[in-house]
Amino acid sequence: MADEKTSNWLNPFESVDLKIADHSDGIKQWAIENREAIQPFKIFLDGVIQGIERAFLATPPLVMLAIIVLIAWQAAGRRTAIYVAVALTVLGFLSPEAWSLAMTTLAIVMAAVILCVIIGLPVGIFAGKSDRFEAVLRPLLDTMQTIPAFVYLVPVVMLIGIGNVSGVLVTVIFALAPLIRLTSLGIRTVNPSVVEAARAFGASPSQIMFKVELPMATPTIFAGLNQTIMLSLSMVVIASMISVRGLGNEVLRAMGRLDAGKAIVGGLGIVILAIVLDRITQGLNQSRRERGHRHWWQSGPIGLITNLFHKHA
Amino acid sequence: MDIQGEEPVIRCDGVWKVFGAKAKEAIRAVKAGELNKAQIRDKLDCVVGVSDATFSVGRGEIFCIMGLSGSGKSTLIRHINRLIEPTDGAIYIEGRNVNAMSATELRRIRAETIGMVFQNMALMPHRNVRDNVAFALEVRGIAEDKRRAVARQAIEAVELTGWDLKYPDELSGGMQQRVGLARAIAANPSILLMDEPFSALDPLIRHQLQGTFMELSAELHKTTVFITHDLSEAIRIGDRIAIMKDGVLVQIGTPEEIVTNPVDDYVAQFVGGISKLDLVTAAKVMLPLEQYRQTNGSTDTANWPVARPDDKLNTLVNLSIGTAHPILVRDGDVVAGVVTKDALLRGIQGRDHAGPAKREIN
Repeated sequence: MADEKTSNWLNPFESVDLKIADHSDGIKQWAIENREAIQPFKIFLDGVIQGIERAFLATPPLVMLAIIVLIAWQAAGRRTAIYVAVALTVLGFLSPEAWSLAMTTLAIVMAAVILCVIIGLPVGIFAGKSDRFEAVLRPLLDTMQTIPAFVYLVPVVMLIGIGNVSGVLVTVIFALAPLIRLTSLGIRTVNPSVVEAARAFGASPSQIMFKVELPMATPTIFAGLNQTIMLSLSMVVIASMISVRGLGNEVLRAMGRLDAGKAIVGGLGIVILAIVLDRITQGLNQSRRERGHRHWWQSGPIGLITNLFHKHA
Repeated sequence: MDIQGEEPVIRCDGVWKVFGAKAKEAIRAVKAGELNKAQIRDKLDCVVGVSDATFSVGRGEIFCIMGLSGSGKSTLIRHINRLIEPTDGAIYIEGRNVNAMSATELRRIRAETIGMVFQNMALMPHRNVRDNVAFALEVRGIAEDKRRAVARQAIEAVELTGWDLKYPDELSGGMQQRVGLARAIAANPSILLMDEPFSALDPLIRHQLQGTFMELSAELHKTTVFITHDLSEAIRIGDRIAIMKDGVLVQIGTPEEIVTNPVDDYVAQFVGGISKLDLVTAAKVMLPLEQYRQTNGSTDTANWPVARPDDKLNTLVNLSIGTAHPILVRDGDVVAGVVTKDALLRGIQGRDHAGPAKREIN
């Protein structure tokens, strides 16, 4: 008896059971009970995702490829455009279904990234302005980034059901943090003397935000966006566990059947998609100086068109 | 320059700035004479930035505030457009209390009445020269073509024509500060605040920009508060100079007053190395004619070179060369006094002619 007591005293963790796991399981019940309340949101988000996916799939692959290459040219220059064209061609030839699977995955990723920007940009700006908010937010962001996806997979499925909407939601949870962090960092590292000068010339707080702080923070924010896109892509395999279609699902199914070949095709597809998106967003991040201080519409295909127009006009 | 009855453009009235949580308490203690600055720092954990600054700047005047780094001069100038709130005291711009203004009024006066130039330029790196210069107009919502026209004029005034569409990082330091100057004058403000505008530049460029600034200011007649740590710059530019030390304005006066009559050892130390040739006037070094006659006997002044009372020592030196006679100082038809060679040399040295020089005359 006495022996047991000392061991209890030195090792209280084993003998005390707060039943946290049991209590936490209540979240499942809560999720099921609130299913109805979340329906409008689910229907809306589902509509958005399906719209993007349908548009991507309805476009003939070569046209889609051309559009992506043009975007790459506009955002990151000719060299990147060629790189992207080659990468996408390889992606298309990986397998007969590879292109449509990649488009489905791209649609999911796009939806997740759009949601991340809508949430992350304002939250990040606010965090950049308020130390207290940032202090409260930081552990939450740490949790979102590090908690294993399997932990919140179950409650999300209970709440929303399997499918694309849940997939986008778990992706957002995982991929949101860097955008918020880097937006806040970008706002915080704006040269305070430039902000002071803007104040001295009579700028209002919102003018300082939109004319000074956000433009100066843009490179950092783009770096955050790039990270968010990359993390979104790394979630596609996990998201496929809750019945999200696309390249991730290929990998998951191949794993179940020990089909190494199919897994490689799916995996390479994801890698190529990641490279393409990375190069395009990194191109956005290039400083104006590297592009000869021109505005974005003065270079790339749009620049060509406007030039033609100006010559004729 | 006196302010003749007219309300000064800028008036600082007993301005205090104390940094720290217990600032109010600290000011009360200082005013009551209970604590000195070191005690405030140790006991209340407060730092006195500006203590009891009172001065006025008249219309069109260039008022230099000169002090070493940490003397509180940059803190003081930021009170004028309320980038910093005073802990105590008040600042009036054309009779209106800046600290009683609403946020909207304050933004209006900053955009329309006060232009500011910063030591580190503080240009916006994402905007080209033209958009930097037109910033004050842009925040007031002025139409783009008007903005461009105004910006073009301001850019022309600082001799940067042709650089409108370049970005700040493509410009040299001196050119960047020209942009800063153009930005400050673009909205045609009546007041210019210059926070060590030329300190970060190399000496030649600094001299050149001082010249540009003086031409501009002679032309535009802006009331200017000019911060510098360089007394010769203050003397070159300022109509009046205030010397600041540890947050206190130790002496305010014209360059000549400061140089010939430093109020304490601290000011005297600065003034020591300054050339008096272009500062000190004949009126300052001359003797009464009677006194001269008492010692040298009645002499004929007909062949003497003649100067006016406000002629500078430099002119007197030129007059004195090639003649053995002293210089007669005339104010119109009235003989004001005599400048002897000894007095002139003492004047150049910066010593009072009534001192050792007088004994030598005797």
